Amino acid sequence: MLAKRIIPCLDVNAGRVVKGVNFVELRDAGDPVEIAKRYDDQGADEITFLDITASSDDRDIILHIVEACAEQVFIPLTVGGGVRKVEDVRRLLNAGADKVSMNTAAVQNPQLVAEASGKVGSQCIVVAIDAKQTSPGKWEVFTHGGRKNSGIDAIAWACEVERLGAGEILLTSMDRDGTKVGFDLPLTRAVSDAVGIPVIASGGVGNLQHLADGVTEGRADAVLAASIFHYGEYTVRQAKEFMRDRGIEVRL
Amino acid sequence: MSKVVVVDYGMGNLRSVAKAIEHVAPETKVLVSSSAAEIAAADRVVVPGQGAMPDCMRELAGRGLRDAVIRAAAERPFLGICVGLQMLFGHAEEGGVMGLEILPGRVPRFPDAAMKAPDGSRLKVPHMGWNRVHQAEAHPVWQGIEDDTRFYFVHSYYVEPESPDLIAGSTHYGVPFTSAVARDNIFAVQFHPEKSAQSGLRLLGNFMRWNP
Repeated sequence: MLAKRIIPCLDVNAGRVVKGVNFVELRDAGDPVEIAKRYDDQGADEITFLDITASSDDRDIILHIVEACAEQVFIPLTVGGGVRKVEDVRRLLNAGADKVSMNTAAVQNPQLVAEASGKVGSQCIVVAIDAKQTSPGKWEVFTHGGRKNSGIDAIAWACEVERLGAGEILLTSMDRDGTKVGFDLPLTRAVSDAVGIPVIASGGVGNLQHLADGVTEGRADAVLAASIFHYGEYTVRQAKEFMRDRGIEVRL
Repeated sequence: MSKVVVVDYGMGNLRSVAKAIEHVAPETKVLVSSSAAEIAAADRVVVPGQGAMPDCMRELAGRGLRDAVIRAAAERPFLGICVGLQMLFGHAEEGGVMGLEILPGRVPRFPDAAMKAPDGSRLKVPHMGWNRVHQAEAHPVWQGIEDDTRFYFVHSYYVEPESPDLIAGSTHYGVPFTSAVARDNIFAVQFHPEKSAQSGLRLLGNFMRWNP
C-alpha cells in the first residue's frame, strides 16, 4: 500500500531558513541544505521550501539553494513562494525542484495552472490553497499570504485546479496555521473527498496525534509540518513510528 | 574513464538523475546529452522522462534520438526511469501513441473503477509517493535491496508487459501493476530511484556496476 507522506516545510528568506511566530520576529534557523539533509536522514518523505523572500533582488537565491539541495538530498523537493509565471516554474524545475507550488498567481490567473501543467506535466504542479472558514461548513480562499479574501469557495477552487491540471493540492487552514491545535479536519476531509488528486494537509500541527488525525479523519494523502520538527520537539522518525503504531502505512 | 549518458530530450529535469549517479559512481563521467553521437559512444545509457508520453515521443523523434536510444537498448546496460520505462513498450493509452516497441506490451492508465482504498476512500491519481516494490526475481540491480522496499512513484500510467518473463518487480495500487522490467541488458523502473533516498541510490549504484 502507498505510504502516507510526512513533509517538513522550511520557510526560506534570502537564503536562510527562518522561524517566526505569525510571520513576525523572523529568526535565523540555519542553512536550508543542511536542514533538508537532516530531515532526509530522519526519514522525511519529501521536503518543501517556501520562499518568503520579499526583495525581488534576492529572488534568485532560492535557485542556488535548490541546486545545492538537489546535489545532496535524494528525496522529492517542492518549492513554492513567488511563482508568477511559467518561466518561474521552469527555472525552479531546472534547478532541481521536483514540484513547484503556486498560490496567489493561480487565483489571479487560473490559466497559469493549465499552461504550466501543459508544459511541464501535472505531476510537477502543486496548487497551494490557503483557506479560512467564513461560515459553518464553508471556507474561502485567501491570497497574498493570507491577507486577502478572494471570495472563492475553497472546495470549488480545489475542483477547479484539478480540472486545470494541478497534480496535487497543498491545503493550509488559515484559522489553524500557527495555533498548534491541529488541522482543520472538516476542511481537509471536504477537499480530499472532493478531488481525485493527492491532498497535503497543513496548518495547526502541535503534536503527533494531529498528524495521524490529518490522515485518518482528514483523509489527507500527506501531512506537512514545520515548527514541531524545527524546534526539535519531535523527529520525523518519531512521527512515523507514532503513525505506524496507529495502523497508518508509513515508510520507515 | 567509463561514461554514462543521461539522455536529454527536453522532457523535465535531468539534473537530479545525473547528480544521483555522480553521487554513487564518482569515478564515472556522467553526461547529460541530447547528442546521438554521445549516446552511441556511452558505456551505459539512462533514459529518464516525465510528462506526457505523446510529448516525450515527439521530442525524442524531433531531436533525432530515437534510433540512438533503440540501439543503446539493444547493446549496452540500459536503465529506463518512469516514462523512460513506458516508452520501451507499444500502445500508450495516453494520447494513443506508440512507444518504441522494444518490449511487447501496452501502457494503460489506472482504471477509475479500481481506485478505492479498503476504507472506501478514493485512491488518488497520480499515484504519488512511496510504495512497495515486490521483486519478482533476483537480479544484479536489486542486489542488497530488501524485497518489498519502498520507492518514490509519481505517475498515472503503468506498463502491462505481454509476457510475465519481463517482470522484475510489481507494486499494488488499486490494481497490481508492473513497476520494474528486465530483459538482457535492459532494466527499467516506474519509480524514481534518484528520488528514493538510500534504496534508490543503491539501485543506481548496482546499475552502474552491472555488466550484463
